[in-house]
Amino acid sequence: MLGTGLIKGLAVTAKNLVGSYHDPARYTTVEYPEVKPPLPEAYRNFPFLVSESADDPMGTLRCVACQICEKECPPQCIYIEKSKDKKPDAAGKLQIYPTVFAIDTSVCMSCQICVEVCPFDSIKMDQVYEVATPGRYGDLLLNREQLAKSNAYYHQIRPTEAAEVDGRLAAERKAAEEKAKAAAAAKAALPPKPAAPSPAAKLPDESRRSPQGEGGAAKPPAEGAQP
Amino acid sequence: MSLTPEIGGAHVRAVHDEFHGDLLEVSMGPHHPSTHGVFRMIVTLDGETIVKLKPVFGYLHRNHEKLGENTTYLASMPYTDRLDYLNSMSNNWAYALAVEKLAGLAVPERAEYVRVILAELTRLLNHTCLAGFLMQDCGCSGTPLMYAFREREKILDLFESLSGSRMMCNYQRFGGCRVDPPAEWLAGAQRLVDGYSAFLDEFEALLTGNEILMARTQGVGRLDPALAVSAGVAGPMLRATGVGHDLRKVDGYGVYPRFEFRVPVGAHGDTYDRYMIRILEMRESIRILQQALAGLPGGPVMDPKAKLRGFRPKAGEAYGRIEGPKGEIGFYLISDGGPNPYRYRVRPPSFINLTILEDMCLGHTVADAVIILGSVDIVLGEVDR
Repeated sequence: MLGTGLIKGLAVTAKNLVGSYHDPARYTTVEYPEVKPPLPEAYRNFPFLVSESADDPMGTLRCVACQICEKECPPQCIYIEKSKDKKPDAAGKLQIYPTVFAIDTSVCMSCQICVEVCPFDSIKMDQVYEVATPGRYGDLLLNREQLAKSNAYYHQIRPTEAAEVDGRLAAERKAAEEKAKAAAAAKAALPPKPAAPSPAAKLPDESRRSPQGEGGAAKPPAEGAQP
Repeated sequence: MSLTPEIGGAHVRAVHDEFHGDLLEVSMGPHHPSTHGVFRMIVTLDGETIVKLKPVFGYLHRNHEKLGENTTYLASMPYTDRLDYLNSMSNNWAYALAVEKLAGLAVPERAEYVRVILAELTRLLNHTCLAGFLMQDCGCSGTPLMYAFREREKILDLFESLSGSRMMCNYQRFGGCRVDPPAEWLAGAQRLVDGYSAFLDEFEALLTGNEILMARTQGVGRLDPALAVSAGVAGPMLRATGVGHDLRKVDGYGVYPRFEFRVPVGAHGDTYDRYMIRILEMRESIRILQQALAGLPGGPVMDPKAKLRGFRPKAGEAYGRIEGPKGEIGFYLISDGGPNPYRYRVRPPSFINLTILEDMCLGHTVADAVIILGSVDIVLGEVDR
């Protein structure tokens, strides 16, 4: 019969109209800005720089100004200037740091490639989405002071990912410390004579030495290697 | 008549033709709401009947292919999101496929399944949106479009929680996927897929049998299968004419040969068939999704050989293509061994599908041209690049 399709369609509309008053699941509108829907942890907007402490963000930036993100950024919105001097990082190692680190967020397309290519976990994606400013150019160009946010903040917005990153960094630091310790031990174990072998090079050295048949210098390294 | 008459001048002018008498040339667009973006049609009218139609593209041209040649392989990936911004996941896959062929990377099985899941979700999203937009073009203002967008938002929420962005996913990588979907995400996808048939039933109850829709679309914009094949039309547009060509079956890329699904084919090639094909394809997509979600294997989602930094495939060329929701989307790459492609070319489905617009519109009225264009399913980001 002509018109049945129309009536069936109108029944669907009526069901949806009435349903939205009774079933909260059918009412899909969110009253933004009074109500803000929760963001998924993976949500990304613009990048920020991770600093170890919130008190001294400039002194504890993880960034070592390697400029990989600057090169890989598809729309080329990152600008970095390297420092001439070096500062100790969280692990106590002397590192170069960025004197200028600017991101033009009017150009940035939030693709996350800078985060993926960063070998130091120093740049991460932020979740602040209310970024409107009155200024068209200057206000959207974020400098290093505006970009720096603490690791605690990173934990707050992305708990799972941040815990994973912290675990990885701690493991790396531990490995580096052990290596440094071993190196220090090896240094301490060095006998006063410059010709003495180091523990690492002990075996080939000894094998090289053994045909000559002298044992004078072999004893101090063996003692030093105990701890 | 020139191709682009009077740019910046009058938009309507009378053309005298000895045979037809007085014809009227009207410039529709580029700011016409029915043209789905900045697309312009110069239509010559005899009364209300179209006797000539010239499409004008390029208002959204942004050097996509040249950008691809000047940036690294990885840096082109987020740009592919912006080609057809409804289907970023499929675009990512087609580009990743081309680069994987070029560099000889293997994709782990789990990543292949994840790609199928995301591509089919994208197909659901695209076809749902298309049906909504088409109804909007037919003059059914609001209701079907809002129902479609309600469902689309659920899929976009899934994409956002996985990749971080609703539409600009930037998710696929050369040799796998960026993030391994966690169990909660897969459970969410399963819930969505389980509920989608009910939505399609509701949507069809609203539209498919509707007499006004039938009167408005049946027999309108008929496309001849021979013309469609010779013009290189692909995707649902081609299948609506009765040609059963689907790259998922023809190429069998990824893990598609493992799934059981049918390729729906139309009979008349008119606007109504193009609408129905999309509904039927969504039902098949749900079948594929059910099988893919059930059979998802464990393991890594990235090829351990794949490098993120300093990626330089050896010299050669490759063409990667997939069955995108709009048709065959392909990327043709030539490498000279450097960090950038030497040549980067996109085969955009909606651009090629749009080339036969005039043949479909001739003899119809202006109001029909609007729904014919709506049924072609174009996204100007991809047409103009």
